[in-house]
Amino acid sequence: MTPGRRWALLAGAAVLIGGAGGMVRSTYVLGMLIFIALNGMAALGLSLVMGFAGQVSLGQAAFYAIGAYVSGVLTASYGWNGWLSMAAAVLAGAVAAFLVGLPVFRLSGLLLAMATLGFGIIVYYVLVNWSAVTGGPSGLTGIPPLALGGFRFDTDARMLWLAWGCLLAVLGLAGNVVDSRIGRALRALHGSPAAAEAAGVATTKLKLGVFAAAGATTALAGALYAHYLTFINPSPFGFAFSVELVVMVVLGGTASLWGGVLGAAIVVLLTEGIRALLPLLSASHAAAEYEIVVFGLVLMTFMILLPGGLAGLARRAA
Amino acid sequence: MSAGALLDVQGLGKEFGGLTAVRAVDFAVEAGQIKALIGPNGAGKTTIFNMIAGVIEPTRGRVLFEGEPLPVRRPHAVAARGIARTFQLVRLFGDMTVLENVLVGCHGRGRAGWAGCAFRTRRMREEEKRLRERAWQVLAWLGLEDRAHRPAALLPYGEQRLVEMGRALAGGPRLLLLDEPGAGLNAEEHARLAALIRKVREAGTTVLLVDHHMDFVMGLSDEVLVLSYGEKLTEGLPRDVRRDPAVIAAYLGVEAA
Amino acid sequence: MTAADQLAQYLATGLVVGGVYALIGLGFVIVYSVTRVINFAQGEFVMLGALLMVTFEARGLGAGAAFALTIACAAALGVLLERAAVHPIANAPGLTILIVTIGASIALRGAALVVWGTDPFALPAFSAGPPLHLLGATIVRQGIWVLGVAAAVFAGLWFFFTRTYPGTAVRGCAINARAARLMGIPVERMWLLAFALSGALGAVAGAVIAPITYATYDMGLMLGLKGFVAAVLGGLVSPPGAIAGGFLLGVLESLSAGYLSSGYKDAVAFVVLIVIGLVQAAGWLPWRVAEEGET
Repeated sequence: MTPGRRWALLAGAAVLIGGAGGMVRSTYVLGMLIFIALNGMAALGLSLVMGFAGQVSLGQAAFYAIGAYVSGVLTASYGWNGWLSMAAAVLAGAVAAFLVGLPVFRLSGLLLAMATLGFGIIVYYVLVNWSAVTGGPSGLTGIPPLALGGFRFDTDARMLWLAWGCLLAVLGLAGNVVDSRIGRALRALHGSPAAAEAAGVATTKLKLGVFAAAGATTALAGALYAHYLTFINPSPFGFAFSVELVVMVVLGGTASLWGGVLGAAIVVLLTEGIRALLPLLSASHAAAEYEIVVFGLVLMTFMILLPGGLAGLARRAA
Repeated sequence: MSAGALLDVQGLGKEFGGLTAVRAVDFAVEAGQIKALIGPNGAGKTTIFNMIAGVIEPTRGRVLFEGEPLPVRRPHAVAARGIARTFQLVRLFGDMTVLENVLVGCHGRGRAGWAGCAFRTRRMREEEKRLRERAWQVLAWLGLEDRAHRPAALLPYGEQRLVEMGRALAGGPRLLLLDEPGAGLNAEEHARLAALIRKVREAGTTVLLVDHHMDFVMGLSDEVLVLSYGEKLTEGLPRDVRRDPAVIAAYLGVEAA
Repeated sequence: MTAADQLAQYLATGLVVGGVYALIGLGFVIVYSVTRVINFAQGEFVMLGALLMVTFEARGLGAGAAFALTIACAAALGVLLERAAVHPIANAPGLTILIVTIGASIALRGAALVVWGTDPFALPAFSAGPPLHLLGATIVRQGIWVLGVAAAVFAGLWFFFTRTYPGTAVRGCAINARAARLMGIPVERMWLLAFALSGALGAVAGAVIAPITYATYDMGLMLGLKGFVAAVLGGLVSPPGAIAGGFLLGVLESLSAGYLSSGYKDAVAFVVLIVIGLVQAAGWLPWRVAEEGET
């Protein structure tokens, strides 16, 4: 994708979202679109980690939680300015990823995946048990929405603009990276790690960088989530969400910026679709149950038949 | 060994479990030389290359480059010192164009980090321009300009090897390690390769190569080192090595004298 | 209760739980050493073992018959998993197969949710009677069953792997698959056997632990992960290592729950996992946890 085409797409998407915020009245639809953006930011980070660093992270939910709780706690408990706390959250995500990656990235792929899983679960347990700061299982309430002067981002339409604004900005920045020296190094790493090293690319440092960048974008999404819902508790940030993020990336395709967002969109829509279809099939069980089965089957099918995801399919067609 | 040698391999040895692949090998490469490592399969040539390049860690011994020991287990750090290498089986970045492949070779000449690249700072853009100029220079030197925007994976094999050479040269290395550069090439391509390697040496890069093709190696190199079963058999001028009975015996019927 | 009694109690509880972890860890080791695959669905076999026992006994089968049938079903499921999900991508990178087994584990969990719902099920102990008192510790009857069954399984597996032809063939595959193939060992069938054994072991673990901890559709994840840590403690390719690892983990968990805080009990396993990772990365481990690409 050439830079020109990319910017055109981003501009087009910005226009569409701008319009949607103005015209769409249904909070249900607006909420879905917001979650597509938030999940998209997290998924795109993971997509880079899986695609370029070649590692599966089974604990990305931890960075989402770190973003949400850092920003939430700083604003709700310490009265920080929302934008400063979001910046702190993004920094926390990057630093946490870097610190975790330092020891963990020396492990081989499978152990690394399990170690990230372990990290995710440990963070979850800290959130549940460190009640003094995090509010424990009942969570944290009273998180203020973000505001620019008098303009408060407290409606769905305004959060839609903010969330998508952030997503498009992240995509733009990521696109810049792809076209640069670092982007070439990443694609070289993806093509042949040995040749990349021989050409002078410090591959371990690069993988850490990708992981930290993913931690940052995921934390950003988490922080926005906190200011959107104004209430957070640990339960959405468990292993299930980490798996969901992996499903998004597997569906949409790794090593692809748009793939992550596409996968996020599909998963959100699929989830809603299942919930909508359920009354038609059988009324006895809640939708969440069927969702899990579907995601599991989707994950298996895609990894067996289409491991490159939809982005991989698009690349092959191009 | 020689005090002023560019590359000084001292007592280099490698054991894999119980197997001794390389046994206390000493040699030096002088600046401006074209030197060849030859020997039957399994003699340890690629293992030595990989130890110099920092891919595997020697069990004993060390390698000095320009008088200083080379980093171990960090190939990118070895590259940063001015040593570039090619691979036995061409390892190009298939999805990337010829130009982009060579640009990766310029990686060490750039400094732009994540923030610089994400925000396209002026310093990053100026650096990018310089890197691209350098890459085009290398492509022109190799005669590959008209293929610059083609995906590297689509080129014929001989040209892919050229691109890999370009990637290696883009960083301006003082020592070039060529691992079987002639593998898969016919006689005419071999001749062109020899001419290219001489051109590389004239431009100021010392060359250490590993190859099997006797005529090619003997005609091209200033000095030849023969390895057998991980040990140095003999070292010297091509015409002397060629007639050495021990060398002939080691090769035993395989294309020798 | 004296301090010594307390310690004895924690140790006893830890050993019982450790026995379960050891069984699950063995499942991981058998599959990994033969196929180089981490079977993320191992924990779900444990869950199915527990829930199937509940269902079969509810249908009127005696404990013994239910046990046998449960294990047979789980082994069959292991075979199905291997054929449907692992065998088609046998040459794919390990991470791909890991993700597929993650998908399988989710699907199994969801299916269990649909069939059994969210409520926990109680299972009667294999033999009735009051708890036993040993050296200051109180152990429920089922705890003795856990340790007894585990010991029997370990002995049976030892016999199988060292004294029978199929077992030795499996070991051959584990040591060097290429050589095994050259010797005429049907490696594909060994994969099937490994997954069948893994299913059976998981089911045994689930069946023996269910009377103590109840059976729910989501018990598999944590148990599976802990069993994995047990296997890693043993180096992922060593059955005795996994057994030792399982008991060690069980005791560590129990001691930390008793002396530190029970809220973080489940985190112990993961702290151990990360510590092992750090120790291996630093090169201090006297044994190597086998990595992808090694035979």
